[in-house]
Amino acid sequence: MDKANLRKISDYEWEVPKDGDMNVPVRIFASKSLLGDMDEKVREQAANVACLPGIQKASLAMPDAHWGYGFPIGGVGAFDPDEGGVICMGGIGFDISCGVRMMKTGLYRDDVRPRVENLIQTLFKTVPAGLGSKGKVRLGIEGIDEVLRGGARWAVEQGYGRDEDLRFIEERGVVEGADPANVSVKAKQRQFREVGTLGSGNHYLEIQYVDEIYDEKAAKALGLEKESVVVAIHCGSRALGHQIGTDYLKELYVASKKYNIPIKDRELVCAPINSPEGKKYFSAVMAGINCALANRQVIAHLVREGFKKVFPGADIEMLYDISHNTCKVEEHVIDGEKRTLYVHRKGSTRAFGPGRKELPREYRDMGQPVLIGGTMGTYSFILAGTETGLEKTFGSACHGAGRAMSRKKAKKTWYGERVLKELSRRGIVVKAHSYAGVAEEAPGAYKDVSEVVDTVHNAGLAKKVVRVRPMAVVKG
Amino acid sequence: MGEGYETFEHEADMGIRGSGETLEEAFENGARAMFSIMLDLVGVEPEEKVEISCSAPDRETLFVEWLNELLTQASLREMVFSDFKIESLEKDSLRGYAYGERLDKKKHRLKVEVKAATYSMLKVYKNEKYVAQCVVDV
Repeated sequence: MDKANLRKISDYEWEVPKDGDMNVPVRIFASKSLLGDMDEKVREQAANVACLPGIQKASLAMPDAHWGYGFPIGGVGAFDPDEGGVICMGGIGFDISCGVRMMKTGLYRDDVRPRVENLIQTLFKTVPAGLGSKGKVRLGIEGIDEVLRGGARWAVEQGYGRDEDLRFIEERGVVEGADPANVSVKAKQRQFREVGTLGSGNHYLEIQYVDEIYDEKAAKALGLEKESVVVAIHCGSRALGHQIGTDYLKELYVASKKYNIPIKDRELVCAPINSPEGKKYFSAVMAGINCALANRQVIAHLVREGFKKVFPGADIEMLYDISHNTCKVEEHVIDGEKRTLYVHRKGSTRAFGPGRKELPREYRDMGQPVLIGGTMGTYSFILAGTETGLEKTFGSACHGAGRAMSRKKAKKTWYGERVLKELSRRGIVVKAHSYAGVAEEAPGAYKDVSEVVDTVHNAGLAKKVVRVRPMAVVKG
Repeated sequence: MGEGYETFEHEADMGIRGSGETLEEAFENGARAMFSIMLDLVGVEPEEKVEISCSAPDRETLFVEWLNELLTQASLREMVFSDFKIESLEKDSLRGYAYGERLDKKKHRLKVEVKAATYSMLKVYKNEKYVAQCVVDV
């Protein structure tokens, strides 16, 4: 991105001043080098978001930002319903509530290493993944409606997991305001056999170990030590979420015209939060979030079953579960005044600072655990939310490494087989459903996750707690 | 890529483009481009015919609607499609067919799932040929 016309706020924060139709400025969080490599489209898309009605403070882009649909991926926008604020399709996307769940195994790297091949092979068989895979849970319309109302709580009630798991999920596993009546029959039918499936693309299941601790106190609160083995699950709301997106793309296109909302990009179709269309979409999005939470809960249960086969004594405990494609109703302080806002995070993780009532008591002093999925070959990170983050970004941080290369180019650059060999040479076992998928997700196709995370840390949006390295991966 | 259809680069996802002598052909080839991201089209037998009909406010959004309806039907029927035929195409609605067979993980060379067709870089136009394109979310 060209630095011309950008106002430097700090080494890690840049502003596109309010101009033309923009209601607020754009703030981009990036180191000098990340900014240099960042797509011009990020500035353009974030500026388009700044033109939407009712947006508060600034349209934000995280350090992993790249070109998205309407919003940049890594984009955050908060809207006030009382100021004509909108709920916007582009700020949520097609994979509603896609997110990361991490679980602790109580095992250490040396315990797992000798049996890692067996473990990943077992999980590969236990957790359905890849295009066309079907889950073990079979539901009808009524069953799906219960999923949409009950989220992860539904899953626990069905025997997938423990009550205790729910405390470590945002909103304790179920969001309010979901109305299954506003989700189409098609969307529900597509989900009949998709609950508990991982999907494909950038979705994965990883066995990781802690290789670096930055904050001993917070790591202790998380129950992690050096070499502790954890499991990470990255997936979302599956076909149901995709269909909600598809259905409402058209409905909101009509609504944007009806309410004369001046959108700069068709992908920013939206409706006023307080309009019938906006309320309807919101209730469908909440249903989509519950679907994703239920999905990750069922997968967590399958992971426990798989682990038990290889490590019969292992107790798999929840660490935390975050979503990074959402719109959530949250209280934030603006100019000293408490306001209720609809915060859109598209490829951005909620990162609430210490003390927020939303956090489980174990984490209330450290701040919200922010789970950052890196790439197969490098690292993932756990950070903790901060007070500064609450002030600057409505308590939001990055969500991953962020793509640096298109899928098409990645496929031209790497062969799936060779990527797997190279990873295996580095001690990382990968079980994949598609070679093309592996090439598209090759580690080199992403930005340097360490630099992204350092930028979040240095900008004060969240602070580094631990770094983890992959030992074995299931790719969808 | 096959004749009349191709994919193009988008930083995070993938663009699809269909072209042809008629608008119908461009839409059909657009569908081929999208399914070529999901699997090798060679190797899919056009055993079953599925009727597709959809509507949208205008011609460009109709292209996205057509693609999304194909994804929906493929997912609902657990099928893969490799051939497409549009019977009637109005300004705001269309009717046509998709041909394919039941998805078989052993038989078909599957690649990655397409979540949805989007309004990103959506264009339907005519130069020498008719062209229909958009970005799909992978």
